[in-house]
Amino acid sequence: MIWETVRLSLHSIRRNVLRSFLTLLGIVIGVAAVIAMLTIGSGTTQKVKADISKLGSNLLVVRAGRPAGPGGPGGLDQVVRPLAEKDLAALVAHLTGARAISPASQKQVRVIFGTESLTSGVTGTDSAYLDARDWKLMSGRPFSDSETRSGTGVCLIGETVRQQFFGAGDPEGEIIRVNRTSCKIIGLLEPKGYTGFGQDQDNVVLMPLHAYQRRIAGNRDIDNIYIAADDRTPTSELQPRVEDILRDIRRITPDRESDFAIRDMTQIADAMASATTTMTGMLGAVAGVSLLVGGIGIMNIMLVSVTERTREIGIRLAIGAHEKHILIQFLVEATVLSLLGGIIGILIGLALAGLASATLTIPFAPSPAVILLAVGFSALIGMVFGFFPALRGARLDPIDALRHE
Amino acid sequence: MAAGAPLITFDKVWKSYGQGEARVHALAGVDLAIRRGEFVAIMGPSGSGKSTAMNIIGCLDTPTAGTYSFLGVDAGRLDRNRRAMLRNLYVGFVFQGYNLLARTTAAENVELPLIYRGVASRERRDLAMQALAQVGLVGREHHTPAELSGGQQQRVAIARAIVTRPMLLVADEPTGNLDTARTHEIMELLTKLNKELGLTVTMVTHEADVADYAERTIRFLDGHVASDDVNLETT
Repeated sequence: MIWETVRLSLHSIRRNVLRSFLTLLGIVIGVAAVIAMLTIGSGTTQKVKADISKLGSNLLVVRAGRPAGPGGPGGLDQVVRPLAEKDLAALVAHLTGARAISPASQKQVRVIFGTESLTSGVTGTDSAYLDARDWKLMSGRPFSDSETRSGTGVCLIGETVRQQFFGAGDPEGEIIRVNRTSCKIIGLLEPKGYTGFGQDQDNVVLMPLHAYQRRIAGNRDIDNIYIAADDRTPTSELQPRVEDILRDIRRITPDRESDFAIRDMTQIADAMASATTTMTGMLGAVAGVSLLVGGIGIMNIMLVSVTERTREIGIRLAIGAHEKHILIQFLVEATVLSLLGGIIGILIGLALAGLASATLTIPFAPSPAVILLAVGFSALIGMVFGFFPALRGARLDPIDALRHE
Repeated sequence: MAAGAPLITFDKVWKSYGQGEARVHALAGVDLAIRRGEFVAIMGPSGSGKSTAMNIIGCLDTPTAGTYSFLGVDAGRLDRNRRAMLRNLYVGFVFQGYNLLARTTAAENVELPLIYRGVASRERRDLAMQALAQVGLVGREHHTPAELSGGQQQRVAIARAIVTRPMLLVADEPTGNLDTARTHEIMELLTKLNKELGLTVTMVTHEADVADYAERTIRFLDGHVASDDVNLETT
């Protein structure tokens, strides 16, 4: 009986192809929007998580200035006391549970080779930096301790810098100019691609901290200290130890706040991911509103359909159809209609999400749960919005219905 | 076969519409009995109450007052769904405008009442073919109404009416849209069904020569039965 009714409804949908298609359009657009939004959203979340773990997993980053709190990033009411060599030395000497500790000062600087030039992120650091950031060398060697100590003009370059100056050629041994100082290339970093925020992680030049401080920054400051936890120590445990050592060496009395901030990259990763999820949910909800509009479209067309087929309803009632038969017939028709729209919408939504993930280089992450939900929801819309018109058809008086022209 | 127990009885049946001053009585205390196997023509001018009487006979409508019994059941007091069940089990309908479902084949149209009876698909098909054979439409099973002539469409409608093997056939001006030749074909068919199947036929008509096919003619006037005659030629 039900199968019979489904066949009948497909029959009547086919009978009015254009009208059925226009009715479907509302549901198609709604479902496609929801599916595309949620799929792109979960892809973005995955991408953000991956990017932040690229920054270094289990990584703490210390910078000067009061921690960001409810009052916003601190430091306006006080002169920021930069991190210095002795802070680093204290951490290296006293901190347990760290795999690598490394200073880093950074600046965007014009880099020149021959007649070519490029603005790069130049970082002054030491040989522990690669370990702390989990970066690898493609070729060449890291700084030696003596190069780090004396601040020799040597550097490691990223893939983007290599391509700009040397194409596919071997850059090792070549001399580049970084902000009016010469620098000999001793190694090439492994390519890392872009971050989710559109930052090129390969457009970098690393040089010994002392060389950077003397020739580029012109001061003795350290901008950041990177601390990578070892495998046994969670960052949440490491963080208070770092704070204690730094407060001690920086002579901060217990009644005052720290004048430095420790950021936990794991926490940031979680926060970013949850922000993206929230955003995805909101966009999905907005797209859901269009589903509602699609449902009203279904109701509208079902009312037209019932009126148009009043005579047919009269015939069916006369030859013995019960109210429930007519009700089910139109309910099934509305449900089949919106289910059809839902399925087309899912296909279009997935295609859109696929296209977006290809252009935005985010992972394509379709969720079976979301798809199933969309199917169920579109069927539900058909039932809910088809009910009133169906009831109207079922309640018709057979004599009046038969007389209807 | 003609004589039998009353299939239908009207006992002081009233049917009224409207309120107060505007109240109109379509039927004003009609008494009537039709036995099983009878072929009855119902005549009368517009507004005489004949259509209302037919709607009540076909269990489509209920009296305002009085009793209408069908097969001994007080059909006037049944609810919509029970009357639908009665119609499905015992009554077949034939209309002036054929009332077939458009874009649906003859066979599918004939199967329709069986669907609501819950008959399985294969049996439905067989019964529909039989009914179409009975009305002389072999070879047209898969034509849609648009591909059939008026006479053929009315035959499909008759097949749909008899496929459930009803006791009563209610025909509302079955030849109203047909030419003379077609009219006689359809009337011959109804007569044959009445004689061979013992089907009780009640038929509304305007035309005297159509009414002549029946055994009995009931004339309505102003909500009353004006005359009730046995047609001599056919008996």
